[in-house]
Amino acid sequence: MADKAKSTDIAFVRQSDAPVLPPPATEAGFTGWLWHNIFSSMADFSSAGAMLRSGLTALLSLGLLYFGFAQIYALLDFAVFSAVWSDPDGLKREACWTTEQGGGLPAGWHGACWPFVWAKQKFIIYGPYPSEELWRVNLSAALGLVGLVYVLIEPLPWRRYVGAAMLTIYPLFAFIMLTGGNSDTPLVSVGTWLVAGLAVITVGRMGKKGYLGRNIAEFSQLIGITGWLFVIYNAVRAIGAADFGLVPVDTRDWGGLLITLVVAITGIVASLPLGILLALGRRSEMPIARLLSTVFIEFWRGVPLITVLFMASVMLPLFMPEGVNFDNLLRALVGVMLFSAAYMAEVIRGGLQAIDKGQYEGAQAMGLSYWQMMRLIILPQALTHVIPGIVNTFIGLFKDTTLVSIVGIFDLLGAGQSAIADAAWSSPVQALTMYIYVAVLFFVFCFGMSRYSIFMEKKLSTSRKH
Amino acid sequence: MSKSHSFIYDRRIRNLVFQGLMIVGLAFGVWWLGNNTLDNLADQGKSLGFGFLTKTSGFQISATLGTWVMEYDVGSSTYLDVYFIGIINTFIVAILGIVAATILGFSVGIMRLSSNLVIKGFATIYIEVLRNIPLLLQLFFWYFAVLRALPDRRSQLEIIPGIAGINITGLYLPAPLAQNGLGLVFICFVLLVCAAFALSKWAEKRQQLTGQRLPVFWAGTALVILGTLLSYFISGQPLDWSYPVYKDTGAVLRRGFQVGSGMALVPELIAVWLALTLYTAAFIAEIVRAGILAIAKGQAEASYSLGLRPGITLRLVIIPQALRVIIPPLTSQYLNLTKNSSLAVAIAYPELVSIFAGTALNQVGKEIEMIVMMMAVYLTFSLLTAAFMNWFNARVKLVER
Repeated sequence: MADKAKSTDIAFVRQSDAPVLPPPATEAGFTGWLWHNIFSSMADFSSAGAMLRSGLTALLSLGLLYFGFAQIYALLDFAVFSAVWSDPDGLKREACWTTEQGGGLPAGWHGACWPFVWAKQKFIIYGPYPSEELWRVNLSAALGLVGLVYVLIEPLPWRRYVGAAMLTIYPLFAFIMLTGGNSDTPLVSVGTWLVAGLAVITVGRMGKKGYLGRNIAEFSQLIGITGWLFVIYNAVRAIGAADFGLVPVDTRDWGGLLITLVVAITGIVASLPLGILLALGRRSEMPIARLLSTVFIEFWRGVPLITVLFMASVMLPLFMPEGVNFDNLLRALVGVMLFSAAYMAEVIRGGLQAIDKGQYEGAQAMGLSYWQMMRLIILPQALTHVIPGIVNTFIGLFKDTTLVSIVGIFDLLGAGQSAIADAAWSSPVQALTMYIYVAVLFFVFCFGMSRYSIFMEKKLSTSRKH
Repeated sequence: MSKSHSFIYDRRIRNLVFQGLMIVGLAFGVWWLGNNTLDNLADQGKSLGFGFLTKTSGFQISATLGTWVMEYDVGSSTYLDVYFIGIINTFIVAILGIVAATILGFSVGIMRLSSNLVIKGFATIYIEVLRNIPLLLQLFFWYFAVLRALPDRRSQLEIIPGIAGINITGLYLPAPLAQNGLGLVFICFVLLVCAAFALSKWAEKRQQLTGQRLPVFWAGTALVILGTLLSYFISGQPLDWSYPVYKDTGAVLRRGFQVGSGMALVPELIAVWLALTLYTAAFIAEIVRAGILAIAKGQAEASYSLGLRPGITLRLVIIPQALRVIIPPLTSQYLNLTKNSSLAVAIAYPELVSIFAGTALNQVGKEIEMIVMMMAVYLTFSLLTAAFMNWFNARVKLVER
């Protein structure tokens, strides 16, 4: 008993807080950061296996560090430090020749030949587009860029209308600007079809008012839409044939970045409606619609784009009736469009599947028809959901447009490749210089778009959190 | 009352009518296209038919696996042979690419998850750069900028002296020459693999009975390797190697690698292989990373708290679950790689598109038949893969809770 009392006597109860010590060096500050991000993974010596692992990690890091820096240095050395930047004397290829080839640079020199790229700049961006008409391309591009930025910035007013104009008026404007209009369309046939379209619209109107009986009234909307499609299509043809005082530029004179953007943007925009229809068809309750959509989608997804382009350039002319002649670019565009529509359909189908079943049931309970339900309830949600997927498809398509150079259309890469064949600039570094330049251009576009896709993904996932 | 109920309001009848219209429209479209095509062909004085397949082809194909397998010979081989050469060359580059891209892709994907900033940073830069540059450009880079810078045909860049060397005509490696008895070694190898599988089954059963784990993977691997080696030596080393012979003396035109010695990989194959591997590996790496990240952290923590070591946790808990997420997109990457091998047409590697739909098509002029035959190859492969994927998804779905 006494013993116990004594032990309580000597017990020590702390009266004040222990002094606050600084965090260990391995946990805070720069050293802590270094420790956590670099050294901790190579400092575990607790067992033989851990020691081995730490050693290997250290070796791997050192090796990668050396390899990475060696590559980056080699690239910088080639593209910046050792590069020839200008050609003031107009020497052309001799500006990038070493003494071995008869030029002025020291033997063993290896660097980029930027004067070559500057000289080919116009060709790489516009292809053989006539120089005095370039303002038309620039104006279309500038307008497109302004419209795109406007649509992407959230708080601006009238975004919907600007977006609608970008999808309707702008393509027409760009089409006229780039081709110059004056297409030789038979105006008689356009006029006939226009009148026919207007007649169909009138029938639709009358049907809607009930003059033509109940059965027609039911289909008045469909009839009206068909009429409008006729009218719009032929109005576009008529405008395309009109003379705006612009010099016509054949698509054979288009090239470079211009072609890349035209093919990629037209491909993706045109594939969107077709993709939506295919996706709906694949999820339809009608077995034939489902079968046809599935076969269509799986066919285009199952073959490489090159074979599609080969098919478009070789077989498409055979499919058309005599007298109908597609130019080379249009053939490629048709191929690209069908191809990307299949991929787009799968992306959109993913979005449709992600929509809760209650949304469908709710819409049906409200008495909406199939198309009303899709247009007003399902598709707006599904399409927002798959924006990142659509952007990713676009990135893929943008990279894939390079393949059109195989069927003889000079896109960005094709233009670069044909610039390399120019003997006036022939030098051992010619190809590498051009590839680096084209690669940087592609990287900027694709990387930018992939960041946008990630940004949208994050935004959508936060807005969907409950 | 039911009289006023028009057919138009009956959804079943509506659907039937709509689908009937679809079929009629499709039939009309097909008829229209077919009719146009026949007209156009008649105008050009051509006809449809596959008779050209038995004609002899008249062009040279660079020596590749396909020409070796089909024993291609200008003047006696037919266009059907050309077709098969194309298929073989397509698949050889696809298989090589798939193997290399899988190894590289998994490594880079795991590296990107490392806590070590150097390793992670390297993997990130690799993925972002390679993914955002078109494959065709990468192919041009490897072929025109890198492989064209190699030493000319009369000199070489030695990789392993006397065994492997490279110059602008290709990569030269030793060629295996099978002798009598190699078949026996192969049979031994197959038997040993079966034995290793039996061993693992037995070990699994034993583990369920006693709870003891055996190092069955290492035991099986050792069994297969050592057993095969043993049978190889017992049967008198029935495998010879033909080493590439390189001469840098003598008549100038006779210098360089000697024809008929060793095995030569044409530079086109190397370029396509490099480009496909590096490009696809970047995508595979992202798939692997996403697959591993998709496994909830609690799985690893629960496994640690059960006392499993990190290696075992990875092997028995994380990877089996991650694979279920990884394999479907991985298969579609394999499919993409196979389809992308058609880009080789741009540097004239003799694969299907290049020699059959390119050179042979120019000579024969049977556009429709040849393009259909070419597409059929890719389509068959894609559909087979898709069928496998459906089977696989159905199988792993049962495991899911």
